[in-house]
Amino acid sequence: MGDGLLLDVRGLTVQYETESGPLVAVEQVDLQLREGEFLGIVGESGCGKSTLLFAIARLLVPPARISSGSVVFRGRDMVELAEKELRQVRWRDFSVVMQSAMNALNPVMTVGAQLKDVCEQHSTMSRREIALRSAQVLRLVSVDPRHLDSYPHQLSGGMRQRAMIAMALLFTPQLVIMDEPTTALDVVAQRSLMVQIRELQKRLGFAVLFVTHDMSLLRHFADRVAVMYAGQVVEVSSTAQVFGHPLHPYSRGLLAAFPSVTGPRVHLVGLPGAPPDLLRPPRGCRFHPRCPEVMRSCPNVEPPLYEVGGDLVRCLLYDERGGRAGTSERSS
Amino acid sequence: MRFVLRRLGFFMVTLWAAVTINFLIPRLIPGNPALAMLARYRGRVNPQALHALEIDFGVGVAHQSFISSYFGYLANTFTGHLGISLTFFPEPVSKAVLQALPWTLGLVGTTTVLAFLLGTLIGLIGGWRRGGVLDSVLPPVFIVISAFPYFWIGLVAILVFGVILKWLPLGSGYSVTDTIGWSWQFVGDVLVHSILPAATILITAIGGWILTMRNNMVTVLAEDYVRMARAKGLRPWTIMWTYAGRNAILPNLVGFAMSLGFVVSGAILVEYVFNYPGVGWMLLQSVLNDDYALMQALFLLITFAVLVAILVADVLTAILDPRVRES
Ligand SMILES: Nc1ncnc2c1ncn2[C@@H]1O[C@H](COP(=O)(O)OP(=O)(O)OP(=O)(O)O)[C@@H](O)[C@H]1O
Ligand SMILES: [Mg+2]
Repeated sequence: MGDGLLLDVRGLTVQYETESGPLVAVEQVDLQLREGEFLGIVGESGCGKSTLLFAIARLLVPPARISSGSVVFRGRDMVELAEKELRQVRWRDFSVVMQSAMNALNPVMTVGAQLKDVCEQHSTMSRREIALRSAQVLRLVSVDPRHLDSYPHQLSGGMRQRAMIAMALLFTPQLVIMDEPTTALDVVAQRSLMVQIRELQKRLGFAVLFVTHDMSLLRHFADRVAVMYAGQVVEVSSTAQVFGHPLHPYSRGLLAAFPSVTGPRVHLVGLPGAPPDLLRPPRGCRFHPRCPEVMRSCPNVEPPLYEVGGDLVRCLLYDERGGRAGTSERSS
Repeated sequence: MRFVLRRLGFFMVTLWAAVTINFLIPRLIPGNPALAMLARYRGRVNPQALHALEIDFGVGVAHQSFISSYFGYLANTFTGHLGISLTFFPEPVSKAVLQALPWTLGLVGTTTVLAFLLGTLIGLIGGWRRGGVLDSVLPPVFIVISAFPYFWIGLVAILVFGVILKWLPLGSGYSVTDTIGWSWQFVGDVLVHSILPAATILITAIGGWILTMRNNMVTVLAEDYVRMARAKGLRPWTIMWTYAGRNAILPNLVGFAMSLGFVVSGAILVEYVFNYPGVGWMLLQSVLNDDYALMQALFLLITFAVLVAILVADVLTAILDPRVRES
């Protein structure tokens, strides 16, 4: 803990009980997040990003359940906490910004009321203090405090998203979990919101777990990037590494699929094929049916995470180079 | 506020249209109530009496222009002069209706509200504790019950509790030996008489509310704002009521208001089965007796009730759902 480690996820596995058997949406995920760090999680739609976040935040509902693993947040394993104990930690210590701000605000309550109820739940602030704090956080995200009296439907998509972020910052928690907070916005609004999130994060010092399927968003904002494919983490690297020299063939494909807006024009290679059915994932490496660099061993050997110069990658290409075949998870 | 005024305006226009249609229809069909009365008394009414009757009934006055009779009718309607009832001759229609109305409102009105409140509460808790005892036992039971026709359940109830067990009276609103008034004895007797019809209404009406509310609840619980409420660490009680419940109840409000509107007409079957002295029973009598004036008044009452119900639904929805207020 002393090294500023805020969140330590180990071997986290989540499955949905479906009619056609268990669907493993998140498999053996390991993630570490330091205090004040911005970690981006990127992957195609359906690869389990939201499921992973909800598992970390203990927000899963049946048919989903955590089947194994631990989520140690500030020294406590969240997986072991009872709902009652969780309530003490929620929002004060970590908050959540959801994927669809359109639906994440209660349509029949004013923005102010939705800020107020969480204040009343977790603090002894007076009405006046709550009103002051609410106006303050709205101003943080450049929303006019008069919108405290507005209902969600009276705000634009961008304003709603900002209001959600304001709500997440009420207690300045140490961790803010964000699930595609910018998806519903146009490119300009997206950028300005990203800049703002990054600025607030630097100023207030909270750590961010940021999910997106648009890799280019992370380029200027994330400290590290975790790439997910079919429920697994396939690469965790520094942002510079991922965008400069991505290790995993899938990361390269993703990068090619989202050329940087400002960068030079690149030929769109993209990713041929579709992500696998998580009910019946391919044997061996899950990416091998789509991999341009597939080798003979790929369909048979499930690759462990290899450590390559401080970064992590789940690909047999690094088996020879690292020469550590058979050794499974890295030791941190 | 503007919303309420606009709704009120709509209400007035619709009411006026309904009243006008009510004026036109009997005048477009042949025959008149005075002649019906005449036929009923087999010529024992002399022409002067007939003329007096026609004036009383407010129809068939040949030398009155259509327009002036329309305005006369409008004035009479809004001042409660609805003519003379044949069935309860020589009582005016308004008096007869006013006597029957409290019975219906008391029995069917109360039970309709009660069924909605109870059904919504049970459905809300059932949906919240999905798969719990309440949720696994009640819905199937009520699906089965609501498959039976109302009168069948009513008759079985009478048979079991009235005829066989003799616990409760067979029908009517009160005992013949009663003196009607605000005495404890009379009120108690009325309550005893209302147990069977009220219970049967409740049993048949509550199922629908339980099921729809439960399903709304299940839908709403999957919404992001409910997950958000959990993420905020709010108390389950708060989440259940202000996040889930308040949104789940919205689709049911219109249905509830409509069921209030149909209290008057919906009473027909209940009051027939239980021989209950309300408006439904009266409507049946008026049809059997060709009592046009009474029929007209009752139809007007039903229309009025439905319109008021819609107004109530609109206002209620506007109070609970901010999105409706502005559109
Ligand atoms: N309720 C559910 N029942 C069964 N399977 C589910 C359920 N919810 C999600 N899944 C499956 O779990 C997998 C991961 O879903 P998840 O929502 O976490 O993906 P995601 O990466 O967040 O996608 P997106 O970018 O579209 O939000 C998907 O393959 C999906 O089919
Ligand atoms: Mg998602």
